[in-house]
Amino acid sequence: MTDSAALPRGGNVPAAAADPLPPGIFPAARLAPARWLGDGESASGEGHAIGAWGPHFAFRGAGDIFAPGAEASGAGLAIALAETTPRIAPDLQPEKAVPEEVSDERCFLWVQDRAAMRLGGRPYHPGLPRDLRHRMVHVAVKDAAEALFALEEGIRCRDLAFVIGEVAGNPREFDFTASRRLVLAAERHGVPLWLVRLDARRDLGAARMRWEVASAPSLAPRWNAQAPGAARWKADLFRARGLRPGTWWITRQEGEHDRSDRAPIVAETVVTPRDGDLAGAVVDRSLASAAPQSRQEGR
Amino acid sequence: MAIWLARLSIDRWRRLRPNPGRKGADGSPLAEGEGEDAHPVALIRETAHGPRIAAVNRAAAAQGVRVEAMLADARALCPAVVTHPADAAGDLAFLEKMAVWAQRWGPWSAMDPPDGVIVDVTGAAHLFGGERRLLGDAARVLAGHGLAARLAIGPTAGAAWALAHHGPSGAILPEGDDVADRLAPLPMAALRLDDDVLLVLRRLGLKRLGDLTGIGRDALARRFRNRKTPSANPLLRHDQLLGRVPEPLLPVIAVHPVMVQRRLMEPIRHLTLLEVVIADLAAALVRELEGRGEGARRIDLACWRVDGEVVQRRLELAAASRDPDHLCRLFNEKLTRANESLEAGFGFEMVRLTASWAEPLGLTQDRLGESSEEHGTSLAACIDRLSTRLGPQAVRRAVPHASHIPERAQRWHPPLEPLPAAQHELAFHQRPLKLLDRAEMIEVLYATPDGLPHRFRWRGALHEVARAEGPERIAPEWWRERGSTRLRDYYRIEDGQGRRYWVYRAGLAGDGRGGLPQWFLHGLFG
Repeated sequence: MTDSAALPRGGNVPAAAADPLPPGIFPAARLAPARWLGDGESASGEGHAIGAWGPHFAFRGAGDIFAPGAEASGAGLAIALAETTPRIAPDLQPEKAVPEEVSDERCFLWVQDRAAMRLGGRPYHPGLPRDLRHRMVHVAVKDAAEALFALEEGIRCRDLAFVIGEVAGNPREFDFTASRRLVLAAERHGVPLWLVRLDARRDLGAARMRWEVASAPSLAPRWNAQAPGAARWKADLFRARGLRPGTWWITRQEGEHDRSDRAPIVAETVVTPRDGDLAGAVVDRSLASAAPQSRQEGR
Repeated sequence: MAIWLARLSIDRWRRLRPNPGRKGADGSPLAEGEGEDAHPVALIRETAHGPRIAAVNRAAAAQGVRVEAMLADARALCPAVVTHPADAAGDLAFLEKMAVWAQRWGPWSAMDPPDGVIVDVTGAAHLFGGERRLLGDAARVLAGHGLAARLAIGPTAGAAWALAHHGPSGAILPEGDDVADRLAPLPMAALRLDDDVLLVLRRLGLKRLGDLTGIGRDALARRFRNRKTPSANPLLRHDQLLGRVPEPLLPVIAVHPVMVQRRLMEPIRHLTLLEVVIADLAAALVRELEGRGEGARRIDLACWRVDGEVVQRRLELAAASRDPDHLCRLFNEKLTRANESLEAGFGFEMVRLTASWAEPLGLTQDRLGESSEEHGTSLAACIDRLSTRLGPQAVRRAVPHASHIPERAQRWHPPLEPLPAAQHELAFHQRPLKLLDRAEMIEVLYATPDGLPHRFRWRGALHEVARAEGPERIAPEWWRERGSTRLRDYYRIEDGQGRRYWVYRAGLAGDGRGGLPQWFLHGLFG
């Protein structure tokens, strides 16, 4: 008699398949090959249009940011990118972009695992951008498995503006499958995810945008030339779907108090990428760089 | 309406005594002045200095036994006094029942310990045929229960209380009357003040309520400006009496939690079956809650085992919810975790769900043609899932707190609580994006003892300072910390690679609070 044992978990009863497709599965046609929205002519549905990245890109998928752990450049860039993307109505119609005047009061989720908190500390309320301060929900998790769970719950939540994750190193759980799951969920629910990988090497990942970022010397501030200026990063977009890779200097705009110009960041190219440049490591190559088209933006 | 049960303790004592005078034990209470009550009786309370008298009956009072006197002194005056222990807790419980019972005269009632009840009879008097008849009815009913009561009706709770305790019996002060004028002859004690405040007022020569109107309001406000509680501030009490400031009353309402349960024909030992039962119970619970227009915030699951044990699990929700699928999912998640799994033993025979905390939740038409699979979960559901799996301490929100010290300037609160009111931070202070949990000590090379840093070593790596701004001096909070705490000079610095840090030097050279100043790295700018 096996009394007083913990309840064993029985087999899961599958849900009745009233739908032609079982729940949780949807036709692949609903995921456009490259779902870039906004930015006028960088044709959203057609996968062959190759453009350059610009700070106004509407981004609804999942992006990776590789950053060194001894500086806050990863989190800073993630916040700047997440803040910049124009808002899109919940039913994912690109033409129904939410007007600028409507202030976004949705919360955002910031997930950190324990190693990341030890490396770079926790987000600090007075240091966050003013319109994000009161909206942060911080999730402190123990390890990478819990971080994956929290990230996935976050991007499934329709009331969140975006999700930022910070994970240190290359944990085993963050493999290609997990990354693919996150990307699909983020694109499906329209909640952007920026995953900051502190002190990690570039592994395989399905993220639609993969950045590598490091702090750059800031521009001289207006008043005190001896003081550090606004945050500035050197960001290398080394793998993007439907976009040409390239390197940018990205700066937070100084002294913006209202959101009239709406761009908290300014980006300028370090080197204009040559058309059809396929050199470089295989992992770094943009897999979609088939039809080059010279364009330059984000001045 | 104010009800003052002037002799509550002694009335309760008499209600509990057997009545030998009447025929048999029919349970009718001892009437006043009959049987044991004909002799002097005192209820005593044990104090540190010996027994003290808490209440006396009429016979004892006639013999000169006073409340609050020591028993030994009373015995000297009246050797025949019979003593019984007082029951303060029982009196309070009786008063609580009484307050609910008094709602027969009005929709809201509040306890007024130790021996009073306030009933809001606004708009209810016509049910009894006017205020006069209402008072008569109440007096008759209370007398029938053997309770000595004084009743009064007034436009405010304070006025009714004053009339019940110090006015004529059965007084009624109509709505339109000048309250201050009519209540002017009442003594100062009618203001429900503490004894020491009454003493102060008596020494000031203020004896009647009318005396207060003669004095300038500013003088009174100045005299009692540091008395914040109403029972210590005569001005506030007077305003409450006149209805100038609102007086919140804590109403007594009997609330029963929503509870559903299932007795099982056969004990169950498997989680799959238990999940079915919980799903069934959750649906029933949600129906009950919907009928009340509420949503559950805390749900207790109790499972009765065959061998006489009860296993309980508790679920807390971040926002009121009435979604059975959500509740089931949270319970399943909770029960499948290793450290929360139930010990089934020989099986469970009864399962109960209790919504021990519920909040109002309007009916909404939110699930028409959409599902969480399709459109994502709501924020409250997301936070519930996160905190069920990760623990409530893991999901928090940073809120500002009034302190100069950077690590105290933010606190962590549950995510869906309303934000506390806070002052904006000063905009010219630049604060880092991230703050280390503990400031880390660094080795710094500096030009002068209180100058800018030039080079520092942090976590084994050497950083050349290219640009720096500072210091921003943050003094210790002397009202909170010990005197040996050193001040901090914060510098924003940028090293050769553009990494921006927030470092500080604890103390100054020669400030007499320790040796050489130490340097710490505290935050990282984006």
